Parts: sequence; structure tokens; C-alpha cells
Amino acid sequence: MSQTIFFILSALTIISALGVLFAKNPMYSVLSLIACFFTVAGHYIMLNAQFLAIVHLIVYAGAIMVLFLFVVMLLNLNAETEPHKTSKIKFAAVIAGGILFLTIIASLKAGIPGAYHLPVKSNIGLVEIIGQKLFTDYLLPFEVSSILFLSAMIGSVLLAKKEKR
Amino acid sequence: MENTIQTIPQNWYLLLSAFLFCIGVMGVLMRRNAIIILMCIELMLNSVNLLLVSFSAYKGNSDGQVFVFFIMVVAAAEVAVGLALLMSIYRNVASTDINVLNKLKW
Repeated sequence: MSQTIFFILSALTIISALGVLFAKNPMYSVLSLIACFFTVAGHYIMLNAQFLAIVHLIVYAGAIMVLFLFVVMLLNLNAETEPHKTSKIKFAAVIAGGILFLTIIASLKAGIPGAYHLPVKSNIGLVEIIGQKLFTDYLLPFEVSSILFLSAMIGSVLLAKKEKR
Repeated sequence: MENTIQTIPQNWYLLLSAFLFCIGVMGVLMRRNAIIILMCIELMLNSVNLLLVSFSAYKGNSDGQVFVFFIMVVAAAEVAVGLALLMSIYRNVASTDINVLNKLKW
């Protein structure tokens, strides 16, 4: 049962990720990236990471992709204005990506454990456990990330502001 | 779903995230629109997140999920700043083609 779900989710993930690459219109790229994020959230639920699945949906599909959509609409990008590389460069890019994939697979073949047959805990993805980790072991990075957010907010407002001439 | 970890070997998750990462690399090499390149970087970050979550689930240790949380935070900040930069670039050269932006190339 869960193998079937895994295969369906993986196929959807890969198809929508390829859709990001090969869509002519940037709008369709954004939409297929949103589909990809939804399927990745499905994978998180399969892996007992419920909190992360929800955060992933809210942050990526809810915030980041809306930002992308707004920028694509604001810049008025469409298939006609879309720059394209020559087919030689595209071919070279596909070959390079394939060789990278081959290298990773070859390095995985050396020493990968199969399924862990340990008594696996299934509650590690709940808010309670993650929150306890976040506010005890990882308190300093958590606070620093708030400063990062503040500086990113100020920086993006300053960068996107129109300069007076 | 407790039986996911028992019935699916971890190699499948490794293969899936390696493939997603390679798709992201291909996109960065293939496309010329800067927004699409930013989206392909997001794809690569997502594949790494999936890998971390799978290791955390198969080891029964939630540290990996905290790391994924921080990666999401950094990705959100990165996208906000990157898109603001793109907006100001577009205002200056009226294009998001990366081949126009070759002033720093030598």
C-alpha cells in the first residue's frame, strides 16, 4: 500500500519537476513547481514528518510561490519574451545533469544500508518533539534566524524601492 | 504511517532526491531566465530537505527535521532578497535574461 503511494507521489514529483524545466511560459513553470512542492509535502507525511509537511506547505506553496507568481505577473513575462538557449547548450546541460546523477548513483552503490530494521519511533515529527528540540538544543540558531529574517526584510524593501534620480 | 519505513527501503528516497537535485542542476544550466534559475535552486534545496527528512525518519532522530526547518527559513529569506534584486535589475535593463548581465564577466 505505502509502496504504491510512494511510486505515485514520486512519479508526480518528477513529472512536475521536469515541467519546471521544460515549460515555455514562466507562469506554467511556477504552477508546476507548486505541484512539486505539494507532492514533496506528501512525502513528508509518509515519513512521519507531519509538522514539517504543514510548514512546507505554508512557507513554500503559500509564501514563496505567491512571491514568484507576483514577480512573474509584475514583470509581464510570457512565452514570447522568454529567452531560450540554443539546442546545443540544452543538450550539453542534459548530459551534464545525467553525468552528475550517474556519479551520485555510483557513489551510493558503495555503502548504503538498506531498510533500517530498528524499532523506529513514529512520533519524531510531531510539534511537541520538534518544539522541544528547537527551544532547548537549537535555541541560538532559532534566535539568529529571526535576525536573518529582519535583515532580509529590510534588505528586500531597500532593494526593490525605486531610486530617486 | 508507521509501516512506510518498514516497507520502503531508504535507497528509494536517496534515488528520488538525487534525481530531483540533478533536475535542478539541469535547469540552472539550461534556462536563461533568472527567475526560472531561482526556482531551480529551490528545487535543489527541496531535494536536500527530502533527503534530510528521510534520514531523520529512518534513524528515529528528529535533529534532521530541525535542520530542514532552518533550511526553509534561509530559503524564504533568500528568495525574498533574490526577487527584490531581480526587480531592480529588471527596472534597469528591462530583461531577466542572464546573458544581458555580463558586466562582471571577464
